[in-house]
Order: sequence, then C-alpha cells, then structure tokens
Amino acid sequence: MSGLTIAVPRGALMRDTLDVLDRIGVDTHEVRANDRKLLFREAGIVTMRPSDVPTYVEAGAADLGITGKDVLREQSEREVVELLDLGYGPCRMVFATQDGEDPAAEALRRLGVMRVATKYPKIAARHFQATGRQAEIVEVKGSVELAPLTGLVEAIVDLTATGITLRENGLVIREELFASTARLIANPVAYRTKAGAIDRVLETLRGG
Amino acid sequence: MGAVIHPIPSGTRDVLPEEMRELRAITEAMRGVFDEAGYGEVYTPALEHEAVLRTGDAQAARPAYRLFDESGQVLVLRSDMTIPIARVVATRYADVEPPLRLCYVSRAYRAVRPQRGEAREQLQAGIELVGAGAPDGTAEALVLLCRALDAVGLRGYRVGLGSAALYPALLDAAGVTGAARRKLLHELVTRDFVGLEREVRAAGAPEQLLRVPQLRGGPEVLDAAGEAAAGLRELHAQLPDDVAGRVIFDLGLIRDLGYYTGAIFEVYDSALGVPLGGGGRYDDLLGRFGRPLPAVGWGLEVERVHVALVGERR
Repeated sequence: MSGLTIAVPRGALMRDTLDVLDRIGVDTHEVRANDRKLLFREAGIVTMRPSDVPTYVEAGAADLGITGKDVLREQSEREVVELLDLGYGPCRMVFATQDGEDPAAEALRRLGVMRVATKYPKIAARHFQATGRQAEIVEVKGSVELAPLTGLVEAIVDLTATGITLRENGLVIREELFASTARLIANPVAYRTKAGAIDRVLETLRGG
Repeated sequence: MGAVIHPIPSGTRDVLPEEMRELRAITEAMRGVFDEAGYGEVYTPALEHEAVLRTGDAQAARPAYRLFDESGQVLVLRSDMTIPIARVVATRYADVEPPLRLCYVSRAYRAVRPQRGEAREQLQAGIELVGAGAPDGTAEALVLLCRALDAVGLRGYRVGLGSAALYPALLDAAGVTGAARRKLLHELVTRDFVGLEREVRAAGAPEQLLRVPQLRGGPEVLDAAGEAAAGLRELHAQLPDDVAGRVIFDLGLIRDLGYYTGAIFEVYDSALGVPLGGGGRYDDLLGRFGRPLPAVGWGLEVERVHVALVGERR
C-alpha cells in the first residue's frame, strides 16, 4: 500500500500494469476479479482508457499513472512528469499505405498533398511537417486500416505491435516514426509533495 | 421562464458577490502582510508595448493577446507582472536608493489550452524585492510568501525550492556543451526523465546529470549536488524554522520563464493538482532595462489559492 492514487489503463496494458502494481505492494485482487468496476478506493486504483490517463494525472485526480508513450506523444502539452520506461506493451508508430506502388507518393507527386487517416492527428501532423511533406490529416476514432481501403485516404499513421492487422488489410509499413512502451507518469504537485512515496515506488521498480 | 444567454469568451467568467467577498478576503489578507513588511502597492497598465516586454524576455513572456493601437504600434495584454515592474523600477525609480519593496494585486492574461478549465484572465498577487541579493533577499521573499499564505488561512501548502543555475552548473562541470547540452535541457524542461536518461547515456555524460535533477526532499538532498547547491545551502541556513519546514528542495525544478538566474520556487497544495504560483531570483532582468540590480519576486494566482482554500476546508 503506497498511499498513492494510481491511474491504470484498461485494455492491452492492463495485465502487465497490475503485475507491476503487485510488485509495489498494491492489492490488485479486487481489480482482477471485477471487470466492470472502475474505481477501487481501498487499493488506490482508478481504471480508464489509456488516452485518459494523462488527463487524470495532470489534474491531480491521480498521483501516478501508467500509459503508452504513444499517448504521451500525442498529448505532449500535458503537464506530467515522465518517470520510468516500464518496458512492456512494445509497439511502433508507423506510416503505412496499400501494397504495391505507394499511393501516397503518387498523390504527393501529382496532387501535391496526401490524405492520411489516424487516431494520432498531432503526431502525424508533426511528422509530415518535420519531413517537409504536405498532408491532410483525417482523424478517425477506430479501425484506421479501413480508411485507405475505401478511398478515404492514401495512407495511415497508426500504432502496431505485430503488424498482422496491417498485413491482413493489404497495407505495408513505409516508415517507422518511433517505438513505444508503457511509461510511469506523475502529477507535478504529487511528484514534490509525495516525493518519498513516489521514490519508494521507483526504487522498487528499478530494483526488480 | 428562460433567461436570455449572452455568451462570454471561453476561459473568462463573471464573479458574483459571494465569490467576490471570498476573493477579497484573500487579497486583503495578503495586502495586510505586504503593507506590514513595507511593500508599496503599484499598478501598471494591462496594455504594454510588445517591444518593452521583449527587452525583459526574448519571448516577451509569451503574451497571448496582441493588438494594434491607432498609430499601428503592437500592444500586448501583459502575461506577467515582473517585467512591467522591472520597467517601472528602471524608469520611475532610476535615482532611488535600493532596496525597493513593491507589491501588486493585478490581472494578467494568458492563452488557455482547451478543455482544462484554465482562465484567460487571472488575478495575481505578489511582490518584487529589488536591490537585495542572495541569500538575504531570497530569504525575505520566501518568508513573506509563507506569511501571506498563513494570513490567507491555507494550512497544507508546501514550497518547492530549486535553482535555475544548478543544472547549468552541473553541465559546465561535466563539460557538456552544444547540441548535447540543448538536448539534456530539453528533456529536463519537458519533465521527461526517460528521455533524460537516454540523452545522458548518448552523450556519455556523468550519472550525476541524471540523478541530481530527480532529487526532492529535505536539505539532505543538497549534499548530492556538491558545489552547485552552495547557494541553496546558504539560503536554507537563513530561513526561520517554520518557513524551512514548508520547503521541499527540488534539484530538477525549472520555471518556464527565461529571466530567472538563481533560486526558483513554486507553491503547492495537496488540494490542487497544479502549482498556486511561484517565483525566483532574476538578477539580470533590471540590467536589461538599464538599472543593473539584483532582484527576487513571486506571484500567486489568487483564484487558485481560493480553490485550494475551499478544497482544504472540505
């Protein structure tokens, strides 16, 4: 029991995150047993979508949080302290288009601009700006792979762990933007006022 | 019966009598402390020439609102009180013997990030002590900060204390320059210790550059920084016990304004996830306005102090 409130991501990162919490002495039994409940006051755990973790941590509704580097990059304006690379949940942010001749390159050559679907509009916009290409970013909320198959866009920027979903939809990776893993983040006020408790968590996680 | 709704800009609000009374109680309590300590209240215009603010800070303290006056000059709504007061000291108090003790309760204007409940217009209360060097002047400013918060009735506040000169001194000692130095500072400013570890390794820099900025706690953490923390040790020795007891040393503390030169501080309260305010030493700023004098100051966001006060009493 650390006395800290921790924002835990639901979904792919949840199991490994609960294992990490076990190591720092947080009782995760109730969380593991109860899939619907969101708030576990006794254990100091709140569960949420990974992309909501920085919101709760920045506002101080949670002292610590765990989420992917992809989320932190997309929400880079959030005032949180990034403490530790937890190493699990490895995946890559990639630029992908349909197999064969690259339709995005053709669009750039003939139309001067390519259309790119993504759930990460800021990451995508920054990438194309930094590499000097004009891109029209189309934000979608789910199944990004669908967008190029229907002619909505020529390319996508998305997160992939294995590349299987991309391949099954006839997409090939053209560029890798960065690699992502789970990160431990802290609220800037808690980082100072609860420095002792947070440092004990860090020591345990670094030591193991 | 429905009221007709006439909107006001996002990030602004009307204050009605009940809240206004509570805000006033806070500012009057602070004014009492300022007055007793010999700080005279000043008011400076909300509109300033952009060029003047640029003299104080390369980014003119990042104003969010610029406009043209009738003769085509660029004016800005001030985002910060320290630079305007530096201007006042250099122009209106040019021949007055230092130290000068000034205070303000004024509004400043900032940009808001969407959906955070941030305010475009904030009421700031603070002090500037001009012509008093470190550590005496800094100690006086910190004591006054705690007296002001005590007078307001806040109980659980803490003061994070670091130095803008500390990490640069460590970089100098390690001989880290050029692009590597910029990269390390960038990771520190963006509070990314995973990135800092990567850059420290990439630069082949000493472990100290990663470890020291993560140290927070009592005066014992100053030992790890050696000579670079000498200034903070001297300051700590000058603080009365009740003020020293509020301090959390933070050797990685960074403030977002470029004019700080020495000790810097931030005010925290566990009832709020964001700092209530902060300040620090700015020993070069007055010189840029033609009157080189050491100085220290701080400002508190009154609305945030109010939220913390309400939160503590809940």
